[in-house]
Amino acid sequence: MTLDIQSIRKDFPILERQVYGKPLVYLDNAATSQKPRQVIDALVNYYENYNANIHRAVHCLGEEATAAYEEARAKVAKFINAPSPESIIFTRNTTEAINLVMYTWGRANVREGDEILLTQMEHHSNLIPWQRLAAEKGATVRYIELTDTHTLALDGLENLFDARTRIAAMPHVSNSLGTINPVEKIAAEARRNGTLFLVDGAQGAPHLPVDVQGIDCDFYAFSAHKMLGPTGVGVLYGRAELLEEMEPFLGGGEMIRKVTYEGATWNDLPWKFEAGTPNIADVIAFGAAIDYLDGLGMDNVREHEVQITDYALTRLSQLEGIVMYGPPDPRERGGVVSFNFGDLHPHDIGTVLDHHGVAIRAGHHCTQPLMRTLGVSGTARASFYVYNTTDEVDVLVDALEATRDFFKR
Amino acid sequence: MSLREEYARQEAELDDLYKEIILDHYRNPRHRGSLPALSATHEGLNPLCGDEVTVELLVDGNRVTDVAYKGSGCSISQSSASMMTEAINGKPLDEVKRLSEAFTAMMRGEESIDPESLGDLEALSGVRKFPVRVKCATLAWHTLDEALEEAGL
Repeated sequence: MTLDIQSIRKDFPILERQVYGKPLVYLDNAATSQKPRQVIDALVNYYENYNANIHRAVHCLGEEATAAYEEARAKVAKFINAPSPESIIFTRNTTEAINLVMYTWGRANVREGDEILLTQMEHHSNLIPWQRLAAEKGATVRYIELTDTHTLALDGLENLFDARTRIAAMPHVSNSLGTINPVEKIAAEARRNGTLFLVDGAQGAPHLPVDVQGIDCDFYAFSAHKMLGPTGVGVLYGRAELLEEMEPFLGGGEMIRKVTYEGATWNDLPWKFEAGTPNIADVIAFGAAIDYLDGLGMDNVREHEVQITDYALTRLSQLEGIVMYGPPDPRERGGVVSFNFGDLHPHDIGTVLDHHGVAIRAGHHCTQPLMRTLGVSGTARASFYVYNTTDEVDVLVDALEATRDFFKR
Repeated sequence: MSLREEYARQEAELDDLYKEIILDHYRNPRHRGSLPALSATHEGLNPLCGDEVTVELLVDGNRVTDVAYKGSGCSISQSSASMMTEAINGKPLDEVKRLSEAFTAMMRGEESIDPESLGDLEALSGVRKFPVRVKCATLAWHTLDEALEEAGL
């Protein structure tokens, strides 16, 4: 099904606004997405009509809020084909979800001499936690290298794992390169080797149909705000058997069953990992974002992004002096196009584009080691979502030409 | 304000950031490279942008007798470094420190500073309208401060 992009755009109030007198062309979706009216309304509706704390209230508002909060969890579970809502833990963001795994499973299971397998394209959020764990335990971190077209070098995949490889973690889709990693294939090898497998899905869940059972990963982490939802909500999917074995992350209210002066026992999944009052309003509004994406169909969202990325790669490649990163085939990448343009610095590009109403990202994209591997200090990055159009790509290309002329004068 | 006036204002703002003298230093950097002998050096990083500037100084008596910088980054960070080398070369250390204080004060928008008193450096005052870029402009000067401090100068 082809999506009606113009009608989708009408659902996003912010797309009406102008920046420096020009229509906003928002191409920074890998950083955060815009929010449809339905999500904003869900937030307002909660605060205006049934704002209450959840799980312990004996009044009507509390019951309604609890039901809406748990309904959002069920929607998330279905969205990524998790076997049950118990395997969905709400966190603040992807970073906290990964840190949860590091602090609970990681600290209990990774020992001196063990190995953690990552890739050269990690976002700092899936790098720093593991580096810290390795330093604490005397473990080592190894990185899967990149090919010339910025995919993972997986020749001899089985040799990438050894008996000491306790966990492998990598992005589903690279936030800097757009590369979609073959996570099913790597998960299968990890399983054969008895290695746990965590997928950083921050750029995956918003843009691709995700099936965590199909991937057969142990953990899958992502953030609501990159997929039309509010900020302040992250998700950790974990295999229930693993979550059961893991110690709690934070201690406090909600995560306990029985508390005495001597100690405590823990609540059931998933509440064992949700200490304190959670982000009720934003979780509920995230449920509205999932409804919105389900309404569009993730296959259709993906198809739209393939088309717009294909168009962007073609148009941008016509600019003299442009260098683009990531696989050339739009089917092998998400809607992210990173580039450098002549000798212009990405920040200078970003500032001038902004004055044309075009919002992009410029810099290292929280992937400093990757930038070093690419031999650049940073890149400019345009990233697309379901409301972007090929006309907007044209505005980007025109604005880039204007940027070049501006610095040439 | 009409739309046409609004556009003109915005273009003026961009021209304010990228003044001709700044672009000139970006295209034709002064004192770029390394010194054969030096008294103080420091490598400054702006982790937000990835800008890098290394400053090298030769000090004789109480005077900067030679200066060089190298690095990579946006036009603002690199031209600010180039403009700094011209501003401090040959100057007594106390004046260099005064200039550094005055420049960072100007970039913080402190009213006690008359930008005109900073000569060519005044051109960078337009960066203040772009808060995320202020660190680009001050990187070279902070690096200079660190270099002097580390060398006990």
